[in-house]
Amino acid sequence: MKIYIRSASCISPQQTFESQLFSNDPEEYMANLLKVIDPDYKKIFDPKLLRRMSPIVRMGLATATGCLKEAGKVNVEAIVTGTAYGCMEDSETFLKKIVEQDEQMLSPTSFIQSTHNTVGAQIALFLKCHNYNNTFVHRGFSFEHALIDAILLLKENRAENVLAGSADEMTDFTFSVLKRFGLYKQSPVSNFGLYSSDTKGSICGQGAAFFLLCGECADDAYAQIDAVETLYKYASSQEINKWIDQFFMLHEITANDIDLVITGKNGDMRHDLLFTHFQQDVFKDNAVINYKHLCGEYPTSSSFALWLASNIIRRDKLPKCFEEVQGNKKDFRKILIYNNYQERLHSLILLSSPSK
Amino acid sequence: MSGKVYIAGMGIISAIGNNVEECLAALEQEDAGMAATITYLKTIHANEIPVAEVKLNNEELAQRAGWSSKISRTALLSIIAAKEALNDAAIENIEALRTGFISANTVGGIDKSENFYHSYFKENRIGDLHDIVNHECGAITELVADKLNIHSYVTTISTACSSSANSIMLAARLIKAGMLDIAVAGGVDALVKFTLNGFNTLLILDNQYCKPFDENRNGLNLGEGAAYIVMVSEKVASALKKELYGELKGYANANDAYHQTASSPDGKGSYLAMQGALDIANLKPGDIGYINLHGTGTFNNDLAEGTAIEKLFHPHYPKMSSTKSFTGHTLGASGAIEAVFSVLSIKHGFVFPNLRLQTPMKEFPFTVERKFLKEQNINNVLSNSFGFGGNCTSLIFSKV
Repeated sequence: MKIYIRSASCISPQQTFESQLFSNDPEEYMANLLKVIDPDYKKIFDPKLLRRMSPIVRMGLATATGCLKEAGKVNVEAIVTGTAYGCMEDSETFLKKIVEQDEQMLSPTSFIQSTHNTVGAQIALFLKCHNYNNTFVHRGFSFEHALIDAILLLKENRAENVLAGSADEMTDFTFSVLKRFGLYKQSPVSNFGLYSSDTKGSICGQGAAFFLLCGECADDAYAQIDAVETLYKYASSQEINKWIDQFFMLHEITANDIDLVITGKNGDMRHDLLFTHFQQDVFKDNAVINYKHLCGEYPTSSSFALWLASNIIRRDKLPKCFEEVQGNKKDFRKILIYNNYQERLHSLILLSSPSK
Repeated sequence: MSGKVYIAGMGIISAIGNNVEECLAALEQEDAGMAATITYLKTIHANEIPVAEVKLNNEELAQRAGWSSKISRTALLSIIAAKEALNDAAIENIEALRTGFISANTVGGIDKSENFYHSYFKENRIGDLHDIVNHECGAITELVADKLNIHSYVTTISTACSSSANSIMLAARLIKAGMLDIAVAGGVDALVKFTLNGFNTLLILDNQYCKPFDENRNGLNLGEGAAYIVMVSEKVASALKKELYGELKGYANANDAYHQTASSPDGKGSYLAMQGALDIANLKPGDIGYINLHGTGTFNNDLAEGTAIEKLFHPHYPKMSSTKSFTGHTLGASGAIEAVFSVLSIKHGFVFPNLRLQTPMKEFPFTVERKFLKEQNINNVLSNSFGFGGNCTSLIFSKV
């Protein structure tokens, strides 16, 4: 059975919601915490509803409904969400108040909105969708596991149309804490110079992306998803090579069949070695692009990469910022996304142009 | 996408016992796990709100787990129950098989984050990074997966109070799809200030011991714990030397789509989950011998759940009870804890009592079970788990 991406929507630190990233210059950031570019939510939601939505709910719901707006009238049979951090802002607010107010006179609002399934639940509520609803909260696999669940539902014939996506937000407070763990660079860099900064840590991103997946919509699909695989392990470059070889064998392809490789290189000098190794070894003859200078590093950033890849296949061209790689290249029929989260959670997503 | 999924092992830790045997004895002796005073969690509400704590401090848990007591209580509870389940299943040559760890929780290592926030905002504006390193839900799962040496598929689900019912459902589907041979599936939550205060602000905590499905019920008691079941494919099952506990025959996940925290008056999500599970199992309502209710003891849940049960089962009701009257509401662990109780019900022919019931709810023609019943002929047990965000999941466990 083939799995198609029927529509896709993304809110990120770039102009992705209306896809201007493909024609315009990308946004430059000089701070190491990239903020999302909000669409005009008033055009999407009733103002009364909008006031009650936290930022993560807004971007999750806007991208989920964005998919449906694009696809036209469809019956959503399942909603699967990935979020590593959950509703960070509301969780923090409630935790902080517990401390500051000594567990007294607390208001329930931030607690109610803090549960990790809030985004998925709000999408169900908005769509009045009584069907399957699940939320994965497994760090750098949250989005991939949501995607795998969605694909499984389609293959089980339990659903014809599934909304699968991810949402993660970052607050200034948690950013400052995570920075102490060495996740992000100590001094500001431009996101344009991310891969040449030669320092430890990456830049921090956030965002949401949703996809409408279906099994019977080849005609109007962006792309088809050929495979999603995850590897849970600290692995040497040789082990990753072996894993990729097995992946190729299983899906009967070779590196030569791939028109573009998108990697999750994040500018952390400690982690980039692995990506550089692949670029020079397994994918030495392939066109390769990186995406984290656009959206920043966050556990569900592979959803940004999937949005990018499906749009490249659909438009048959790269965004303007990848002019050098574009060169005279025309066909983008097969794209492989390789990401890893802290060198421990590895994932591969293989996409190709839709065929029946 | 076919085949059967069997239960080969179980492990549990809750307020009524630190393993399966102790929990079963407490259920039989009608010995509830609540206490009027909160002992292990440091909170200003210690004398106001009854809860059902696991009766061990972190040092004692760490000793049982063979781990550091500095680690989150959530991880300690999780490893104890997961290890018991794996030891119980006693699968030989497990390294050669594809084993997954599908866990669930609602607040991860927040027990430690509370310390971090306290020292950061009340003391030094620094805090100790060790206290926040395992804040994420997935971090707890990874700590335990690594300790269990499981790596074929490691994931975490969080759908509020139905979280671990969903991890069991996902595990069954991954096995049926041929992606895994074995799954250790379930969930965990420790009692923490975050949830205690959260539920307290919602005014749904009973200041007495909870009375699920009673006319005068007044809210829930929070609990804590962990439970896991070892689920195996037909192929693995056929090679096992021990007797299987049962089969997971049915499962369904539906959404109430009514309100972020409240259930719809007609219990639409609950109805769809129960009906969906019966459909997958290819069973009729009359085939169910016992329902382990979600039965939190809140006005809203019990009314919605009861309404859905009436719609689906009237006029022939199976035996029913809420074992939350023993364990309290263990949130992310509750679906798995009640899965263990459901499997015990099938294995021994037991129906567990719904403690403290005085006046049955006047809305319904049925009454939940008040006494521990033995020698019941139970072939199929339905277990309900419903949560915030309208997330409703029902599981059906059946005799092999």
